[in-house]
Amino acid sequence: MEFLLAIAIGVLGGSGVWLVLRPRTFQVVMGLALLSYAVNLFIFSIGSLVINRPPLVVPGQPADLAHYTDPMPQSLVLTAIVIGFATTALFLVVLLAARGLSGTDHVDGDVDP
Amino acid sequence: MTALSSLIIVPILLPLLVAAVLLLLPGAGQRQLRARINVCATLAGLVVAAGLLVGVDNGGGAGRIEVYLASNWQAPFGIVLVLDRLSALLLVLVGLVSTASALYAEAGWSRAGTYFHPLFQMQLLGLNGAFLTGDLFNLFVFFEVLLAASYGLQLHGSGWLRVRAGMHYIAVNLLASSLFLVGLAVLYGVMGTLSMADIADKLALVAERDRALLHAGAAILAVAFLIKAAIWPLNAWLLPAYTSTSAPVAALFVLMTKVGFYALFRLWTLLFSDDAGASAHFGGEVLLTGGLLTLAFGAIGLLASIRLERIAAFSVIVTAGTLMAALGMKATGLSAAALFYLVSATLSAAMLFLLLDLVRRTRVEGLVRPRETEILPDEDDNLDDDQVPLIGRAFPMSVALLGLAFVACALLVAGLPPLSGFLAKLSLLTAAVRTMDDAPGGAWLLIPLLLLAGLFATISLVRAGIHHFWAKGGRSAPQMKAEEGGAVVFLLAACGLLTVFAEPVFRYTTATAAYLHAPRPYVDAVLGAQARPGPAASAEIKGAPP
Repeated sequence: MEFLLAIAIGVLGGSGVWLVLRPRTFQVVMGLALLSYAVNLFIFSIGSLVINRPPLVVPGQPADLAHYTDPMPQSLVLTAIVIGFATTALFLVVLLAARGLSGTDHVDGDVDP
Repeated sequence: MTALSSLIIVPILLPLLVAAVLLLLPGAGQRQLRARINVCATLAGLVVAAGLLVGVDNGGGAGRIEVYLASNWQAPFGIVLVLDRLSALLLVLVGLVSTASALYAEAGWSRAGTYFHPLFQMQLLGLNGAFLTGDLFNLFVFFEVLLAASYGLQLHGSGWLRVRAGMHYIAVNLLASSLFLVGLAVLYGVMGTLSMADIADKLALVAERDRALLHAGAAILAVAFLIKAAIWPLNAWLLPAYTSTSAPVAALFVLMTKVGFYALFRLWTLLFSDDAGASAHFGGEVLLTGGLLTLAFGAIGLLASIRLERIAAFSVIVTAGTLMAALGMKATGLSAAALFYLVSATLSAAMLFLLLDLVRRTRVEGLVRPRETEILPDEDDNLDDDQVPLIGRAFPMSVALLGLAFVACALLVAGLPPLSGFLAKLSLLTAAVRTMDDAPGGAWLLIPLLLLAGLFATISLVRAGIHHFWAKGGRSAPQMKAEEGGAVVFLLAACGLLTVFAEPVFRYTTATAAYLHAPRPYVDAVLGAQARPGPAASAEIKGAPP
């Protein structure tokens, strides 16, 4: 499972970096979105991957990480998703403004030859 | 919980509440009211920050370290706000620059868009929060708050140039935020905590096989801060963003590169102090090299700049490089001088950004005044009866103020005597000479680069000054409002006071640097802060049903 997740993060991150380096604003937004997915998955995986274990300390069980999963990365990732979502939305508005002002979707406003 | 530690939350709550109130006052009719609220709230923030600074300084030595337990959760579990000498100094700096900027904006710039005032307050909230928080993830949140507000402010006034610069600026900062999160996650994975004090406490205990991972996480985190501190080659975003935005926003943005420096200063001295075992002083050479390269880059840029806004932006880069190089050398004396330089350079760069907006107004195209021909006495004039041709036209007050302020600002930025810029540079050079026995390489590079940057700044500013104030024809006395003049004079007065009271300020920064390089008191204060017994506990004592 670790291997699968690592591949997924790598593919998302790699595609994100490639898209961010493209000259079209829409590609940059898509790249940033993919990168934030990669980062979110990465944060999630930091809390060690387990299945069928709630982030709760149940009475009668010892309170160590063998018996429950770490809730901290989950709360971190929740905050990161919210903030990433908001900033991406804001970036989209700027993108539309740039499109309106320059008449092209090139990141520098250049019209292709 | 003392009165001082309860006051810590005010620099965060005040801008938040004021921003909310300002949002409830839309419409053109309440513009005056909004303006007044904004300036008063900013001024109140300055007063609170000054109070906190005095309170912290009372302790002597390391000073008092006050901890605010948000929601009454103790340190490694809850988020804490920590007020110490460094954060108090930066809060006062935020107060000074933001007051001048708020005042200046009321002369007209605040009317260029609808939500200037709430965004301005949110920016202050983010800045103050970033300086106060004692938790890494909370630092990320405050970074995002201040960045989100800065995106809006940077675009304030709109126009293609601003939007294009803003687009690049936002993209770079979103990438930096991703790096921030990755670094943060790796650090959490290794340390199991995000409280800065707790990480510092446990750093020496990290297992040897995890140390490489820890260093990787810290390095990724540092890259995010280096982008924000505008260290070459990660500072390409700065020039277009700062030169295209409106004057009061540019003045406020001078503080933003200082947030990156603050985060590095705080975390690097805290985590990789002498107590950190095998990790002690990790990455110092990188900070030093990056700082020196940035300093060289900024100095060359200064020399190459003709337009005033580019000169101002490059002076911000020079400051960033100087600060980072001084930090990387890890000498207490140099850090103390760097903190003094930080205050002086921030104030003067903010002043330069405000001034250049006023200076630009003298550049009125198509309005060529026949001043020279009018004034020069010719044979028909009887100079005994009519002295006007001899004396010339009355010197307008605004030109006098502008010219004098520009001269003072040039002296401050270039580090020439007699103002605080000179004192800061002199103390930096002195401290650098003193470190020569331990780390000769860094000092030998830092000293000539500092002097060269000063020389280049002088050349550029003199060239710009001649161009704007002495050149003939096509210039008119600028129209200046009282708010604009007042904002410039306010910053000038702050620099003047910094010059006159350099000795106590320098004593303060020396104590700050000494305390930061031996951060045990910080760790002890944060981890030792006790939660107050809550109402639940007292209810149990009374035996009340739950």
